[in-house]
Amino acid sequence: MSTLHTVNKSPFATQALLSCLNHAKAGDAVLMIEDGVYGGLSGTGMSEIVTEFGKAVTLYILAPDAAARGIGTNRLIDGVEGVDYTGFVELVAKHDRTQSWL
Amino acid sequence: MAKTKKFLYVNRKAPYGTIYALESLEVVLIGAAFEQDVALAFVDDGVFQLAKGQNTDGIGVKNFSPTFRALGDYDVQKLFVERESLEERGLSEADLIEVVYEDEDDDWAEKSAIHVVGRAEIADIMADADVVLSF
Amino acid sequence: MKIGVLISEGPYTHQAADSAYKFVSAALAAGHEVPRVFFYHDGVNVATRLSLPPQDERHIQQNWTALAKEHEVDLVVCVAAAQRRGLLDEGEANRNGKDANNIAEGFRISGLGQLIEMGIQTDRLVTFGD
Repeated sequence: MSTLHTVNKSPFATQALLSCLNHAKAGDAVLMIEDGVYGGLSGTGMSEIVTEFGKAVTLYILAPDAAARGIGTNRLIDGVEGVDYTGFVELVAKHDRTQSWL
Repeated sequence: MAKTKKFLYVNRKAPYGTIYALESLEVVLIGAAFEQDVALAFVDDGVFQLAKGQNTDGIGVKNFSPTFRALGDYDVQKLFVERESLEERGLSEADLIEVVYEDEDDDWAEKSAIHVVGRAEIADIMADADVVLSF
Repeated sequence: MKIGVLISEGPYTHQAADSAYKFVSAALAAGHEVPRVFFYHDGVNVATRLSLPPQDERHIQQNWTALAKEHEVDLVVCVAAAQRRGLLDEGEANRNGKDANNIAEGFRISGLGQLIEMGIQTDRLVTFGD
């Protein structure tokens, strides 16, 4: 049993990502969408924390949202995987429940 | 009849600044009639929803905190409040409103529906839900 | 798999209704069922047929109406949230003595019970909001 968590807020604006990572279980997936994609950036004040949590959960970023915001894949934290909407749907199907951190 | 599902309502927002807390409570009240397993989790700023002494006279908005007390009458018995979220905000259980229900398995004794639990337990409760509704 | 979707933010101000549209389109294309999309909070504003975005912008309401028609998706607007925000169907308008209604084709107004029912009857529930 595992959960897909979605986060749609910049970690520089709200605690949604941090709270999500603090509650996620090993084996869960965290998908950053909308303004949440800024949480996947490397070289930021949040990168180290996100990287650390990324050892227990799988981190994803919604690629169309990243592209819209000018975030190239070369700017992402190592291990953060880009998915398209089809991949988003696959993650929803793969995990037992989806929890949105609004 | 399909098996009962575990519904978890996750409240992470403070009251009044936005309508989410009030409209979340409206979902819970309707949902209580569906004979599913219902639990509420109050995390982050959501814990402010349960603060005692709310007085909205000066802002022209209805004070809905007394409505939480009705949850007990709807047989909603599980309001989980995250201890770490309370502590980060300088609050303790004594600062929260009372929500009680009558336990039919215990000669209708009045019991508190508010359970202050640690972050790890909140995570367990989230991981155990079938349907998570976030507000 | 049956996937239910909850949209809790309004159109244009927030990306939620756009994200949900892309998600539902992808889910249907992958062969999943999306029996219902429930609109709550400011999400109810997606359902107004009086929206007039500039021609070179996407028309969020019309996109949903077309998607619902093609794939038989039940677009349900919460009645309590809708009444607060001035979204009325013909019946609601008549009952409340209002001189107009504004619900677009393909959307219907109903109670919050439809959201709970969606949670019970689907395998997954995905929320898009703020």
